[in-house]
Amino acid sequence: MASSFSRILSSKRSVGLLSVVGGSVAAGFLLHREHVTAGEPLRRRYPASAEYPDLRKHNNCMASHLTPAIYAKLCDKTTPNGFTLDQAIQTGVDNPGHPFIKTVGMVAGDEETYEVFADLLDPVIKERHNGYDARTMKHPTDLDATKIHSGNFDERYVLSSRVRTGRSIRGLSLPPACTRAERREVERVVVDALAGLKGDLTGRYYSLTQMTEKEQQQLIDDHFLFDKPVSPLLTCAGMARDWPDARGIWHNNEKTFLIWVNEEDHTRVISMEKGGNMKRVFERFCKGLKEVERLIQERGWEFMWNERLGYVLTCPSNLGTGLRAGVHVKLPLLSKDPRFSKILDNLRLQKRGTGGVDTAAVGGVFDISNLDRLGHSEVQLVQTVIDGVNYLIECEKRLEKGQDIKVPPPIRQFK
Amino acid sequence: MPFGNTHNQAKLKFSSEQEYPDLSKHNNHMAKVLTPAIYERLRSKETPSGFTLDDVIQTGVDNPGHPFIMTVGCVAGDEETYEVFKELLDPVIEARHGGYKPTDKHKTDLNSGNLKGGDDLDPDYVLSSRVRTGRSIRGFCLPPHCSRGERRAVEKLSVEALASLSGDLKGKYYALKNMTDAEQQQLIDDHFLFDKPVSPLLLASGMARDWPDGRGIWHNDNKTFLVWVNEEDHLRVISMQKGGNMKEVFDRFCTGLTKIETLFKERGHAFMWNEHLGYVLTCPSNLGTGLRAGVHVKLPNMSKNAKFEEVLTKLRLQKRGTGGVDTAAVGGVFDISNADRIGFSEVELVQMVVDGVKLLVEMEKRLEKGQSIDDLMPAQK
Repeated sequence: MASSFSRILSSKRSVGLLSVVGGSVAAGFLLHREHVTAGEPLRRRYPASAEYPDLRKHNNCMASHLTPAIYAKLCDKTTPNGFTLDQAIQTGVDNPGHPFIKTVGMVAGDEETYEVFADLLDPVIKERHNGYDARTMKHPTDLDATKIHSGNFDERYVLSSRVRTGRSIRGLSLPPACTRAERREVERVVVDALAGLKGDLTGRYYSLTQMTEKEQQQLIDDHFLFDKPVSPLLTCAGMARDWPDARGIWHNNEKTFLIWVNEEDHTRVISMEKGGNMKRVFERFCKGLKEVERLIQERGWEFMWNERLGYVLTCPSNLGTGLRAGVHVKLPLLSKDPRFSKILDNLRLQKRGTGGVDTAAVGGVFDISNLDRLGHSEVQLVQTVIDGVNYLIECEKRLEKGQDIKVPPPIRQFK
Repeated sequence: MPFGNTHNQAKLKFSSEQEYPDLSKHNNHMAKVLTPAIYERLRSKETPSGFTLDDVIQTGVDNPGHPFIMTVGCVAGDEETYEVFKELLDPVIEARHGGYKPTDKHKTDLNSGNLKGGDDLDPDYVLSSRVRTGRSIRGFCLPPHCSRGERRAVEKLSVEALASLSGDLKGKYYALKNMTDAEQQQLIDDHFLFDKPVSPLLLASGMARDWPDGRGIWHNDNKTFLVWVNEEDHLRVISMQKGGNMKEVFDRFCTGLTKIETLFKERGHAFMWNEHLGYVLTCPSNLGTGLRAGVHVKLPNMSKNAKFEEVLTKLRLQKRGTGGVDTAAVGGVFDISNADRIGFSEVELVQMVVDGVKLLVEMEKRLEKGQSIDDLMPAQK
């Protein structure tokens, strides 16, 4: 997997061929942003300075790094599929951001986005991923779950365990840019492959356009169903076009392995169960991912991956592993301790409410997961979560007994 | 260009069938007209500025519509859209505009002197009068497709032209992004301020990109003449005042519009207009005059009468709540305006509103006294 990222050429994916030829050549051949037909007026063109967005009230990574000079350099470029800089940054222009939360502010429309617009994306990646230098560093991929130790949490504290990531199908555009046909092709490729899963991974696909009301209710009750995105961060990037065409949910019969098709990424892969057996959750995660990869490779497809950026996904924040491993854990005392945030920071963990990102904690139960995505392997990140959560539980137990706790030293970063 | 529709050439590698949208649950004009055959013929085309079929229909694909209200489901990205995609848009226009044919000609008449009466609608019933329309500047892409540079150029041109207005039309421009809190509050209190669109019908077409860049509101010192810049169209022009003197509202409307057009022409710019479609705007529903002339009128008795809808239909009028389209009437006060936009001139449409509202008020007075309105029933206009 890590070694074979060369393109598998097949007649049905001639776009892959064009991508290999090279950005600027294909761009010149395929793309004429101004369509000049004899006698008809050209589109009115403005210099880059007239098109440069007003980012004075903005606080996102794109706005921090898009200088007029970089804009001028990149604004006439396109990827072989025709994805432009303006399309990539539209979500960041439309969503100035939050004074306290720094969003990324841009998306990729295809794998080549990360190359063609590297002058902007590399600094954005560096800022978002804690100093990771995509020009010089390599991202390690490691899905060997046997390396995990102590992955069984005290279930008096840990209510559930979950690991998620995303995968993109090489040769097909990403959700901000894909056409309806491409999106349907993603669905076809993925559903076809998933039908080959066996044993405890045997499962079923529920297409959003065709599900019955009963199926829909069951998926809601299981907390599996995803809705049409309402966040303007996503809708402004064009990801919700043509909803619910070619969107769906696959899950195994045991409801411990789940795949979302064509939501924010081509696929989101989730392994989860009640209780604290994170090791088993991660084992299933790795096994499932490798199986799915094998099944799509049999059919001539592969995942978007490279040495520089790891797994390529729509949002730059999900590059590398795209992995978020987390637990729902009861920390009523620790969460009230003024040192809580610092402890989490030093352990490279983040807290969320149990509704997911941007929700509040309820009843002292927090969603605790890894902060990092890129520059560390899957095994490293999951181990970090395991070690960190164990430490948090120790702190909670000590506080229960009226004992004091210590802020752990920060985990060394590559920055 | 809004987003997501990767270059049209790259898309053609998939067959038309593979790209054709699923419209099985849809109820809008676009969905009723579009067929796989039409899609196949039009999908390889683009306007000179690069607007494609998928760009035109995206809002209709994303918004299946309402079981009872028929939305249009498509937009134009530039003037040429109506030509390049006429195979789709002509039938949509015909369906939306009561049978307006591709060969029909639309008459423009902004000579307010041709309006008969209209200055004496009873102010005890008619609370306010308003006329609005839109205008697009030829040579610039429309809100679904324009770049930031184009939108800013439209703003700059408009602001320069409006700055030359004088007399009772003299006024000031408030750019949305530069407004002070005090100015914003005043504009809200005056009911002038428009917000970033929230309707998915508009958002899905890309009209809200880069908000609030290049958007603003101009109004005269008297607060009776108002221009919106770069909202759903390049310009929306509104004349309004309290009371029932629709003639005065329409006089100001025509004078103001004509002056603005002259000012643009002096600077080398024309409005988008042609003999067939009249004034060209973003939404096909606003072609022709783009005109909606209306009043807020108290009709508590008439609105409860069984014949209310029939009367409105015969008079070629429509009712809305006082919050505008898709709102409910409050306290028996209705927004009554012309139902048509194309195929009738501005004068003709305002005449219909004036005559029709006069009749409705007469009927209201009869019903107040417990008298019959049967002898007042109008013929179909």
